Amino acid sequence: MQRDSKFYRKLFQSTFTLSAFTFGGGTVIVPLMQQKFVNELGWLEQEEMLNLCAIAQSAPGPMAVNVSILLGYHLAGLPGAFFSILGTIMPPLFILTLVSSIYTWFKSSTVVSLVLRGMQAGVAAVVVDVSLKMAGTVFGQKRILYVAIMFFALLAILVFKMNILLVLAISALTSLLNMYYMKKRERRVSTS
Amino acid sequence: MIYLQLFLTFFHVGSLSFGGGYASLPLIQEQVVLKHKWLSMADFVDIITISQMTPGPIALNTSTFVGTRMAGFPGAVVATLGCVTPSCIIVLILAFLYKRYKNLSVVQAILSGLRPAVVALIASAGTSIVALTLWHDPELGMSAANFNGIGVVLFVTSLAIMRIRRVGPIKMMLANGVVGAVLYYFLG
Repeated sequence: MQRDSKFYRKLFQSTFTLSAFTFGGGTVIVPLMQQKFVNELGWLEQEEMLNLCAIAQSAPGPMAVNVSILLGYHLAGLPGAFFSILGTIMPPLFILTLVSSIYTWFKSSTVVSLVLRGMQAGVAAVVVDVSLKMAGTVFGQKRILYVAIMFFALLAILVFKMNILLVLAISALTSLLNMYYMKKRERRVSTS
Repeated sequence: MIYLQLFLTFFHVGSLSFGGGYASLPLIQEQVVLKHKWLSMADFVDIITISQMTPGPIALNTSTFVGTRMAGFPGAVVATLGCVTPSCIIVLILAFLYKRYKNLSVVQAILSGLRPAVVALIASAGTSIVALTLWHDPELGMSAANFNGIGVVLFVTSLAIMRIRRVGPIKMMLANGVVGAVLYYFLG
């Protein structure tokens, strides 16, 4: 892919519009980015997107900002990071400046609230669609370990309300231990 | 030096808010309402309401709102920059390390363990917004009266369209906004 001005414009435009339309904040932006950058533009693989999301989650700060920086840097180094973060922080800046000056009207406007409610359904559909596709890939690996980690994490977060960093740490550690175990077994097989 | 204060305060919020989203609310409240008294508690609740109605991360929304209140648009810019600067530094370092070491087998093993967990994380973040769409009051759960028929129709139709064809997420949201507003207005 060529890193020309067209590429940067597209990167800025995409992060800007995603940030401008992402309700719910936080992790909800990831499925939307996945849909845009992986499925629509084909700029990176889903696996890579999940890696970036895992890294973003383990750093402080707003998730949307973290993922944008990682994505921009991954695609085009520092200039990429610059454009994607600019695209991400500008919409809240403008929208909130506007809204805070017309707050009373905004809060009581029927049209605004109806449009927002409608958009919510769209966001929900994108999130479910992407979650299903992602879960499909995990099943597709045909490795019990990863499927087990996925279900463990789902239960831990949804039912037991476990701290997300702790869930990520346990998942990473499990996979790491599994690798060492496999290596050891391989060695034993090859020496015997 | 209101600009410096704004920058430093939101720098503080940005560097300590792990987990993002609503996890950062107590931190923001402590700094903005209790310590600096820039906002009253009622203002703060208003911001949460606005944040639920507008796009964007709640930390950035609060930065802008408080910044505007204290020092106009320049204040908003300074507060927002303060909020994202810690992320920029930390995440860029992580991004650099990732690019450099992602092929190590140890890093590969860690990442393959993290990926399924992240899928679960995304799915669980989705449940609250799905519940918000399908039911009038998510607290009440599944009862016939609580079903939001229009929400269900919008949700199912959008999902079906996306399963069949590739549609960009923004087009999907905008279409839902327009169609949803019309449906809610005439039928809701």
